[in-house]
Amino acid sequence: MDTISDTLGRFGGVYLLPLALGAVAFILMGAPSSWVTLTIAGLAMGMMVFLMASGLSLVFGLMDVLNFGHSAFISFGAFVAASILAGLSGWLEGGWFLASAALALALLGSIAFGLAAGLFFETVIIRPVYRDHLRQILITMGALIVSEQLILAIWGGTPFTVARPTFLEGAWIIGDVSIEIYRVFAFVLGLSVFVGLMLLLNRTRIGLLIRAGVENREMVESLGFKINRLFIGVFMLGSALAALGGAMWAGYETLITPALGGEMMIVVFIVVIIGGLGSIEGTLLGAIIVGLTANYVGFLAPKLALASNMILMMAILMWRPSGLKPAVK
Amino acid sequence: MKDSFGTVTVKATMLVIAALLLFAPFLFQDIRALEVAARICIFIVLVASFDLLIGYTGIVSFAHTMFFGFGAYGSAIALKQMGPGWDAVAAGTIAGIAVSLVVATAIGLVSLRVKAIFFAMITLAAASVVLVLASQLSQVTGGEDGITYRTPELFKTATKLAVDEDGKVLRWFGVKLNGKLAAYYFVFATSLLLFLLMLRITVSPFGTVLKAIRENEARAEAIGYRVVAYRTFVFCLSAVVASLAGSVYAIWLKYTGPDTALSFAIMIDILLMVVIGGMGTMWGAVIGAVLMVMAQYYLRDLMGAASEAVASVGVPFLPELLAPDRWLLWLGVIFILLVYFFPRGIAGTLMAKGIRK
Repeated sequence: MDTISDTLGRFGGVYLLPLALGAVAFILMGAPSSWVTLTIAGLAMGMMVFLMASGLSLVFGLMDVLNFGHSAFISFGAFVAASILAGLSGWLEGGWFLASAALALALLGSIAFGLAAGLFFETVIIRPVYRDHLRQILITMGALIVSEQLILAIWGGTPFTVARPTFLEGAWIIGDVSIEIYRVFAFVLGLSVFVGLMLLLNRTRIGLLIRAGVENREMVESLGFKINRLFIGVFMLGSALAALGGAMWAGYETLITPALGGEMMIVVFIVVIIGGLGSIEGTLLGAIIVGLTANYVGFLAPKLALASNMILMMAILMWRPSGLKPAVK
Repeated sequence: MKDSFGTVTVKATMLVIAALLLFAPFLFQDIRALEVAARICIFIVLVASFDLLIGYTGIVSFAHTMFFGFGAYGSAIALKQMGPGWDAVAAGTIAGIAVSLVVATAIGLVSLRVKAIFFAMITLAAASVVLVLASQLSQVTGGEDGITYRTPELFKTATKLAVDEDGKVLRWFGVKLNGKLAAYYFVFATSLLLFLLMLRITVSPFGTVLKAIRENEARAEAIGYRVVAYRTFVFCLSAVVASLAGSVYAIWLKYTGPDTALSFAIMIDILLMVVIGGMGTMWGAVIGAVLMVMAQYYLRDLMGAASEAVASVGVPFLPELLAPDRWLLWLGVIFILLVYFFPRGIAGTLMAKGIRK
């Protein structure tokens, strides 16, 4: 038994899970073209969920703060981006250069909003309740209620249609496989954010401090680094990523309601729990697994689709109680 | 120990509230007031059972409405399928309790070992899955529309409890002695019984152990109490009480749907009630439930009036924020302020007042 797990560990250990999942789905489906479509859809969804979940996971790892209001950033990001795109609808029809400028502005707008909201949230809402889990849960829950109501007050309760650039519409068709362009775009964007985060964490001095802080906060503090300032930075980054994820999700869904954040929050929580709190690799792994499972199960057994995430989480928690790749002990 | 001034105030308030609820049908003779009174009774039980978890033991669960919903849907489905009879009520209630017990035990044993924050996330996920299931399995649960059904003969509005010489329904102080009155007193009596039961539990040795676990888990474990066993037991206990409250509410409303029994909005209501009233004391549950239910029914009217007044003056954006639908926004703000400045809530703060003097 030991030797098998050793061999598996050498080839990537838990990172093999998505591959195994894909292989099993391929055998069960027996239709290569729909398998490719679903796999790409799953990867794209996984990447967007990764954007939303990474901040939550890092913040928890570094400061032991769990932000139940995280989904507010997702909804706000989605609505800010959608509003900017709606405001620049003229640009969207004016050639690919103007259209991509509008898209970039929308994404940057939601990122900027995420940064500002994160700063506000951290200093006003969370700062007073460090190290008190019960009150943290309550306060961030209260903040979530207020934010959802604010979205309702500003944008109203009716579904909001998201305009997206024409060059992201449609699909490439290769043989009998159709690949939606927006999904590829989402996947590439998510992957580049992941690479950027990995570089930041593993190749820079700030990243070194963050990793050290996740490992042992007191030690970093006692060496004279201002971990609180670092934490504000990480919190803002996490909020900005959540807002970006929300913006991407808005473009994916094309019709958004204020309930969007609440719906995504459950998925984000499941991803963070599966991946193991505090680790970026774990979050990516969890997000990809959840994205693939959702799409495969939706095709193979639509009735099971809703419960599949929950069953997946339960199964993984039974096997590894602290997630697949935990960074926090 | 002599009761402090604050404690006396709180207990006196309790007596007033109990008396008002007892005589509610006679004091407030309109249908809406009776609805409010019945809702208050149910929510006192629901919030008190949630307080057993969050206030007494320090467990944050977001699955409390799920158990409420199991009870409500149990009764509703049984009454719909078996017809309006006491056997259906009993079968539905017991089925609801059984499902709640199984689910609570499963969740508890799997996840109460982990950190509080994990538990909160897992219960949230479980509750959302049940909510989705309830709206998907529409053959059984009626989906988004819910189920309407008839309740036992005794609770029908047309039923006459007592008749005068002319054969008309007898009136006491102008109140008709009909089935509606019987239904209200059924709700009131069950709620009172459940509340007193929980009150008794909190002052028992078992309640003391719960508080010990809340204050210092490692120490409770070291003294020799099996913390996981106690936590799982109290989780099951509160699930059963919530399920019973759900069954009673289903009988009172004669309708069960996601909005009345399962939605996340109810969970938020319960959370607000516990925090506003005061965690860690049963009296807090009463105060929180009374205030919030009253606010739900009457604050909206007030806010509507305020919104119109502001709109007529011509202030931009403010009418939108004061619109009756936005009342949750203001409750959220109050909630945050309360958690900051009065973490013990109204009852806790009041009861601590006299002691310091």
